[in-house]
Amino acid sequence: MSETVDVSKGLPAHPERATLEGKNKFVGFWVFLSGEVTMFATFFGTYLGLRNGTAGGPEAADLFHMPLVFIMTMILLTSSLTSVIAITAMKKNQFKKMKLWMWITFFLGVAFLGFEIYEFVEYVHYGLGFSTSAFASSFYSLVGLHGAHVVFGLGWVLLLLIRYNRAGITLTNAPKFYMFSLYWHFIDVVWVFIFTVVYLMGIGGG
Amino acid sequence: MVREAAHTLKKSLLWDLLTTVDHKKIAILYLIAGTLFFGKAGLMAILIRIQLMIPENTFVTGQTYNELLSMHGTIMLFLAATPLLFAFMNYLIPLQIGARDVAFPFLNALGFWFFFFGGILLSLSWFFGGAPDAGWTAYVPLSSRDYAGIGLDFYVLGLQISGFGTLISGINFIVTIITMRAPGMTLLRMPLFCWNSFITSILIVFGFTPLAAGLALLMLDRMFDGQFFLAAAGGNAVIWPHIFWIFGHPEVYILVLPAFGMISEIIPVFSKKRLFGYTAMVFATILIGFLGFMVWVHHMFTLNLGPITNSIFAILTMLIGVPTGIKIFNWLFTMWGGKLRFTTAMLCASSFVPTFVLGGVTGIMLAMSPVTHLYHDTYFVVAHFHYIILGGIVLGILGATYYWYPKMFGHCLNETLGKWMFWIFYIGFHLTFFIQHILGLIGMPRRVNVYLADQGWDGMNLISSIGAFMQGLAIILLLINVIYSAMKRPNHPVDDPWDGRALEWATHTPVPEYNFAQVPQVRSLDPLFYEKIHGDGTMKPSEPLADIHMPNGSFLPFMIALGSFIAGFGLIMKHMDAWINPYIVVVLGLLVMFGSMAVRSWKEDHGYHITKENVEAMEREALADERNR
Repeated sequence: MSETVDVSKGLPAHPERATLEGKNKFVGFWVFLSGEVTMFATFFGTYLGLRNGTAGGPEAADLFHMPLVFIMTMILLTSSLTSVIAITAMKKNQFKKMKLWMWITFFLGVAFLGFEIYEFVEYVHYGLGFSTSAFASSFYSLVGLHGAHVVFGLGWVLLLLIRYNRAGITLTNAPKFYMFSLYWHFIDVVWVFIFTVVYLMGIGGG
Repeated sequence: MVREAAHTLKKSLLWDLLTTVDHKKIAILYLIAGTLFFGKAGLMAILIRIQLMIPENTFVTGQTYNELLSMHGTIMLFLAATPLLFAFMNYLIPLQIGARDVAFPFLNALGFWFFFFGGILLSLSWFFGGAPDAGWTAYVPLSSRDYAGIGLDFYVLGLQISGFGTLISGINFIVTIITMRAPGMTLLRMPLFCWNSFITSILIVFGFTPLAAGLALLMLDRMFDGQFFLAAAGGNAVIWPHIFWIFGHPEVYILVLPAFGMISEIIPVFSKKRLFGYTAMVFATILIGFLGFMVWVHHMFTLNLGPITNSIFAILTMLIGVPTGIKIFNWLFTMWGGKLRFTTAMLCASSFVPTFVLGGVTGIMLAMSPVTHLYHDTYFVVAHFHYIILGGIVLGILGATYYWYPKMFGHCLNETLGKWMFWIFYIGFHLTFFIQHILGLIGMPRRVNVYLADQGWDGMNLISSIGAFMQGLAIILLLINVIYSAMKRPNHPVDDPWDGRALEWATHTPVPEYNFAQVPQVRSLDPLFYEKIHGDGTMKPSEPLADIHMPNGSFLPFMIALGSFIAGFGLIMKHMDAWINPYIVVVLGLLVMFGSMAVRSWKEDHGYHITKENVEAMEREALADERNR
């Protein structure tokens, strides 16, 4: 693959992997995400092993409320959708549209994070501190790790949006936005599992 | 000299090393750092053997002994074997697949500096209240906040940081091998060292991430009063060994597969035959990597997980013997009927085969879960894994050092000194560890610092210690050899002293920073040897000579890793009488780390070009050099 790509007639079809650097990032990011999967799997396994170890403290069924979790899930799923729209716009070289949808993704992410912080604060008020029980520790570390990923993702996309505010889509920044969207989808998929394993099984008592 | 036209020579040596993104220089950094850690952990082994030389010895206290033992294991695996293997992987993968660099030169440097600062953080424990003392496995509850001191804090954070480095490098190698191969270098023409490194890198991605998770849990437990492992609040201590060995068993293969790869490169060259059963070797490697993830419970047979679980894991463990056996026979058949030349590299490589078989046989013995109750926590286990690690990995690394040294440094190591080193090491190794099989079988437990006289252990322990001193002597001989050979080096560097087969021997020595002026066209397995037989002995280019794009050096990898080091140290300060709020240090470290990452993202760095004229001039100079020899 050549080091330089002719962009005089517009962007190529896949601007995110038209250059060797972009292609490397594309492959490398997938490899990175597969590693993330095993890391989250370890946290999930720990949670599944410890979720009944409540040591007399609050239990899952006492704490979790479906409406809040449902709203959070919807917000995050929607933000994944908006990032898809942004990337579709990127591939069509519609910079303004991409920017708009990326900003929407960002604000949806912020909203999700706000709910998550609210959720944690509520649980602490309810008597579920980090050291209360093995259930508490494993719950906070699993969902908190996801939250930390959200924080990192938000910082990342904010940096990209400010840096490339007027740049248009180039073969240098297209891979960056694309990697962010991959990362954001991954966060979303993890949340789907958290929703099932932590919340549905917690409320349903499975 | 035209070579000074290239960017990096304008920098001072120190600044160049701190900012380099050249895979060859990073390899040298790994080699030096790995050797230093190897020396340190080796010295600890000597101290351990001095303590055990005679019954009821009082050379070190029990606490110091535990710290020496834990640090010996931890450093050897994470900070000595891994970087030494990474040195060769870094140097050789791009050369062997005909690439100009790895896929992510910046990340390559970042991986090194994470490893380096993680290692420094772990080592600092000696100066701040004692090293980790719960063994390299750090089993809870022994390693929990109730029982272990500050040393374990250094363990969790030091390994976390160096683990990041290993993970980053693993991802880098995978992508390099997938996307950067030269034209014609199909997957099944790739040298076995690259194949083994590829599988190793995949194991790193899936093995080091559970370790990162496990270390994070232990860190949360120790620093923030988590309740994962303590039964009082509903925790479960068995989770830690599960997570640790889900990482820990693949780790064994992470270390031994590149050594297999080195052996598979050395043996064909010194047998003057192509590797027997190349395809079988590749698939055996893949199979070993795959099975490596399914056997972790064999480290936990005595935890009583039930007969069904134990049986399944016992059988899976024995299954690994099959692909490994394929490899053993393929090495033997490669030597069979070959024109053997017993250089030091070949001595190491060929003696690797029977030594590794011994370690494998005891491995099968240990895999039998009912009998394991007899061996468990005895010196039999110690003997087994040292046969794998020293007899396998270290012999591989020693062989690789003698074999690739001329490519890396331009001159061969002295063969006479090398053979002395080999025989002293080999005899010392078997003296130390063979006898430990028997010590284990007659009941000597591992991890004890004293034993009573007249149990039939005295003589054997003495012999074992003498063997350890011989191994120490052999490593000193290697260092002497490095200095001696550098002083006696010929005026002109050597290009291809062993009649090599793979692409790295087709480059000039010293290897120019762009590796290949024109990326070669690969026509066969063992591409250089194919050209020697069917062509004129040089690789055909696959592209016209043109400007060569190179990445810029950067100080940011150092800064990012430094930030993680500061943040990690800040967290540990929670357990010290610090004059400053530890969280200030943590926040400062995180700012440095994420700030440097943001700078990296913000500043577009497109690298630079070496012009066609400069490349031509450099090539002319190198060729003139070669003709003068």
